[in-house]
Amino acid sequence: MLDDSDSYVTEDGRTIGGVVMEMQNITLRFGGVVAISDISFDIREGEIRAIIGPNGAGKSSMLNVISGFYVPQEGRVMYRGQPRPQMRPYEVARQGIARTFQNIALFEGMSVLDNVMTGRLNHMKASVFQQALWRGKAEAEETENREAVEKIIDFLEIQHIRKTPVSRLPYGLKKRVELARALAAEPSLLLLDEPMAGMNVEEKEDMSRFILDVNDEFGTTIALIEHDMGVVMDLSDRVVVMDYGRKIGDGTPDEVRNNQDVIDAYLGVSHD
Amino acid sequence: MPEQLAFAMEVTLNGLMSGVLYALVALGFVLIYKASGIFNYAQGVMALFAAMTLVGIMNGQVPFSHLINALLGTEIHHFGWHVPGFLAIILTVAVMVLLAWLVQVCVMRHLVGQEPIILFMATIGLAYFLEGVSDLMWGSEIKTLDVGLPQGINIAVEEATYKLFDYGFFIDNLDIVATVIAALLVSGLVLFSQYTKQGRAMRAVADDHQAALSVGISLNFIWVLVWSVAGFVALVAGIMWGTKSGVQFSLSLIALKALPVLMLGGFTSIPGAIVGGLIIGVGEKLFEFLVGPMVGGATENWFAYVLALLFLVFRPQGLFGEKIIERV
Ligand SMILES: Nc1ncnc2c1ncn2[C@@H]1O[C@H](COP(=O)(O)OP(=O)(O)O)[C@@H](O)[C@H]1O
Ligand SMILES: [Mg+2]
Repeated sequence: MLDDSDSYVTEDGRTIGGVVMEMQNITLRFGGVVAISDISFDIREGEIRAIIGPNGAGKSSMLNVISGFYVPQEGRVMYRGQPRPQMRPYEVARQGIARTFQNIALFEGMSVLDNVMTGRLNHMKASVFQQALWRGKAEAEETENREAVEKIIDFLEIQHIRKTPVSRLPYGLKKRVELARALAAEPSLLLLDEPMAGMNVEEKEDMSRFILDVNDEFGTTIALIEHDMGVVMDLSDRVVVMDYGRKIGDGTPDEVRNNQDVIDAYLGVSHD
Repeated sequence: MPEQLAFAMEVTLNGLMSGVLYALVALGFVLIYKASGIFNYAQGVMALFAAMTLVGIMNGQVPFSHLINALLGTEIHHFGWHVPGFLAIILTVAVMVLLAWLVQVCVMRHLVGQEPIILFMATIGLAYFLEGVSDLMWGSEIKTLDVGLPQGINIAVEEATYKLFDYGFFIDNLDIVATVIAALLVSGLVLFSQYTKQGRAMRAVADDHQAALSVGISLNFIWVLVWSVAGFVALVAGIMWGTKSGVQFSLSLIALKALPVLMLGGFTSIPGAIVGGLIIGVGEKLFEFLVGPMVGGATENWFAYVLALLFLVFRPQGLFGEKIIERV
């Protein structure tokens, strides 16, 4: 159940709906290290939500909590108005939450096309027997899945490397293939961990454009982590700022930019 | 000397057919190793267990009858029926799937993320445990297995080769059937892994666990699936070997022959397991035929290992593996 009462329209004409996901008082510890300390924030339908902060701030950990890879010691996750029970990463993925990784996790032994195709696995419903006999449902499904995959490959402009084994691709293209695989799942929420890290300026511009287009054309809600303040300010509707596992800012890019704590964190001012 | 050549050809053919069996056992290893990084020492015992279960079901034996009789003071051994081969095979497959599930739920699930050596030790434990269970369930005496596969010399081959070479080859019908079945099995596996959802998920898990999770694949499910498929492959190998030489403990030792095959073919390559199996099968028969008489015979016991050692020294990545370049 989504509460749409406070939905609004952005300057560029996109509609931002109610809260889809809400993190409530999340705390995550690794032994003595507190990676996330009592953080709450929400993600609204249709928005691009950024999480920024210096290295080691706990950004990836937060994404891992959302996608079920890490289990927080305290706090709870509300999804579409319901408290989410503890879930395994594959169960979260099946709920329509797709993600990419900071250190790229692709199927290195497969072609680009096969990699993107794995993103469709949850849209395959035919039984093994139907698939084996290539009957009815299986055939229709395969056609449908191939079309969906080709559409995404066109969209992200990677037609020329469709058949290339992923292991031979340069870093920037790998990041793009990983995005393609996540998109193939037709997620309702897309989590991107530093999608532009390690890219040159041109590649960063391409990636920014793709992210905006995905959000605009498919209406996909996106939560992304970025190191670089500048990029984030252009892309996102709202920003969470983390530092040493704590939340030090939350708001529109402009609000965050003028927040004294955030300025201090980014300029490396001592905290006490 | 055409006669010698004809002999050599016959030996080669026979070698190919025993190579098929080695390839099958090696295939079972490769499947599990690729998906989970576990070197499954119990693969050979699984073949033994599968064959014993098949015979037991066909003969209508009561499982654990010794145990039951000892505990309850009864004297039951048989249900008094016979199950036809085909049905018994289906039931045995079900037992192997159950075994796969038990292995995953009771053992492997609790060892996720452990060092490979720990996982390996767990499978050694599993091998001895399963061996004991097999004996307890079905008794340890040698059993004959007959699911209706043809046996004996193939007359057509003998006559055809007699016309060509003046010498009729002795090729066993069972070997021919075994080769055909193995080829069908491998093609089936390839189709399964390329074109079905579960097969694609299996390849994904073999490639990268994290990525597989992120696209919604349950690792536990895939591991049960892979152990089930390996169990099925073990059953096929068990049927072939068991039909030929009887179902007995030595069947579990075919796993030892798979080891040099894996060194040759690489631990992660399915084509490698097949080609490696055939090379070792042919190699050891030809070597025995050509060199055996000069060194007093019995070369089949060690030839495969020497060949594998040579491979380890000169091509450690195996036949189809990519060249290993150490980054420094
Ligand atoms: N799996 C893990 N095991 C132990 N410590 C971890 C793990 N993941 C993250 N951490 C620790 O949590 C803190 C936050 O890390 P991370 O979330 O990766 O930060 P960021 O993505 O903002 O750079 C760091 O101190 C890191 O060492
Ligand atoms: Mg990070």
